[in-house]
Amino acid sequence: MLEKAIIGKKSISAGSLKWIRLNAFFLISAAFVQMLGNIGFINQYYIHILTVMGMNIILVASLNLLNGYLGEFALGHAGFMGIGAYSGALIAIYLGLPFFPRLFFSLAGAAIVSGVVAYIIGLITFKTVGDYLAVITLGFNMIIVNIIQNIDFVGGPRGLVGIPKSTNFFIVAVCLSFTYTVLRNLVYSNYGRLWISIRENLIASELMGVNIIRMKNLAFTIAASFAGLAGSLWAQYQQFINPKSFDYTKTTEILVMLYLGGTGSLSGSILGVVVYTITMEILRNLLEFNPRLVELRMVISPMILIVIMLTRQFGLMGKREWKWIQPEKEGN
Amino acid sequence: MEKLLKIKEVTKAFGGLKAVSKYNLELGKGEIRGIIGPNGAGKTTVFNLITGVYQPDSGQIHLDGENITGLQPDTIARKGIARTFQNIRLFGEMTVWDNVKMAFHARTGYNFWGALLHSASFKKEEKRIGKESLEFLDYLGLAERRNELAKNLPYGEQRRLEIARALATKPKILLLDEPAAGMNPKEVEDLIGLIQKIHNDFPLSILLIDHQMPVVTELCHIIQVINFGQLIAEGTPSQVINNPLVLQAYLGEEEAIA
Ligand SMILES: Nc1ncnc2c1ncn2[C@@H]1O[C@H](COP(=O)(O)OP(=O)(O)OP(=O)(O)O)[C@@H](O)[C@H]1O
Ligand SMILES: [Mg+2]
Repeated sequence: MLEKAIIGKKSISAGSLKWIRLNAFFLISAAFVQMLGNIGFINQYYIHILTVMGMNIILVASLNLLNGYLGEFALGHAGFMGIGAYSGALIAIYLGLPFFPRLFFSLAGAAIVSGVVAYIIGLITFKTVGDYLAVITLGFNMIIVNIIQNIDFVGGPRGLVGIPKSTNFFIVAVCLSFTYTVLRNLVYSNYGRLWISIRENLIASELMGVNIIRMKNLAFTIAASFAGLAGSLWAQYQQFINPKSFDYTKTTEILVMLYLGGTGSLSGSILGVVVYTITMEILRNLLEFNPRLVELRMVISPMILIVIMLTRQFGLMGKREWKWIQPEKEGN
Repeated sequence: MEKLLKIKEVTKAFGGLKAVSKYNLELGKGEIRGIIGPNGAGKTTVFNLITGVYQPDSGQIHLDGENITGLQPDTIARKGIARTFQNIRLFGEMTVWDNVKMAFHARTGYNFWGALLHSASFKKEEKRIGKESLEFLDYLGLAERRNELAKNLPYGEQRRLEIARALATKPKILLLDEPAAGMNPKEVEDLIGLIQKIHNDFPLSILLIDHQMPVVTELCHIIQVINFGQLIAEGTPSQVINNPLVLQAYLGEEEAIA
């Protein structure tokens, strides 16, 4: 019944219907969890962990498009998250909109601003510099943090306060569902085939007529847009942001979760975030008795990365994909 | 009649080495032509010049009357030139089927938004691409292998997959760079039959590089011989084989006898 209402009269294939059902189920569960949290039935701590996981999955899965499917190595994802966080926060603070429009425009605006910045950087990088995306994005990440620190208007190094709270676990779940629909649909289309072909053999891909710069920049722009979306969610969830939370430490954390789960697998991005977050939380609780030990976690994170690289290069998932993420194959 | 591909006085040097010098070629519609020459003669460089991988130092290349000199490789490819590679370049981690589906990228029949929404027309077109690409695989005897990763195919099948992928772009010209390399005599025999069949079934011209004489002599009416980047002979197989310059070029190379 509900499905009919959403889809309308148009006939829709079984595969799409399955995906819509799955997402509907996920969102209803998320709403339920949120409600139980609101009435105090579920500990706020757990709701918080779930919310952070949701935002991190958006970050990791979008970086996966670049580092996994396209086979590039980008090191500035937190920078785009930062751009999104600040632009989203400013929209939320200064436009004076009621709740829903405010939420919508601060999320969409953040995604667009991050996307446009990435598009311009990508155009310059892929066109003129060539194979230096890692260095360029790393430099970009440092520069953007520095720039924000020097803008008094947004609080400089002290950070930006007074952002209205518009985000909770449920809103993050809606954005996550949206992110996965977009990423999955693109990955399982001509675009996904072209991105992977570039990763597998750039010269062959080019000689098959693929406009490499265009395809690379498309992935870069989309990835950055979702990082911006996650940043805006973060800003409106925390109500306070400061530049330091978007520096290379955050980028490293995103990378660790990505490589832990496995590049080139959307399932891996979920698994990587969940396993990493739970591990870190357990460690936090274990080490809590000594505040100095808690900082040890920051050493453990890069160590996880090294261990993955040495022992299981393709992460927990390899390039495999859970069944429910794959659309049914056309014409099989 | 206007020739399909015209190469005029093309030269390409790497440092002091003239890999190709003052090279000429005219390829007519539906023609199949061979290029032979000893190791390092400049054969692959000719393909790289045609496909835009390298820019010529001088000279011009025309496709169907249009000057394509200096264009980007992807632009040239979309104008109808497809090739295979001497060292196989497949998309290893993609399935055999996806390797060929990928070749439909310039005529998918849906746009970005269609892909984003997996719209009805997207599904219809993907079905068509799946079906048509399977026909190419079937044509090359690879349909059974469609769901395997390309990197897991044996060598001979990888070479055929490269041809399938190239054909799927519906090219006007197919460039084959040593398609028989590393094959045993039986496989070479099959390959000759296959290229003959492709030539009959598809409206395209073929330019074929090979080391092994039998392949080119059986397939091509006209053969070019290159040595040290220069065209030293052009003619029918028997003319070329009896040319003293050619014999000299191949002297000491066992392929000459084969
Ligand atoms: N990118 C390059 N940089 C420098 N030298 C090159 C380059 N490409 C080719 N050459 C040189 O140009 C010459 C011609 O090479 P090419 O690959 O065209 O020969 P070939 O006829 O295809 O030989 P083979 O039969 O071994 O494939 C060789 O001496 C080679 O070393
Ligand atoms: Mg060669």
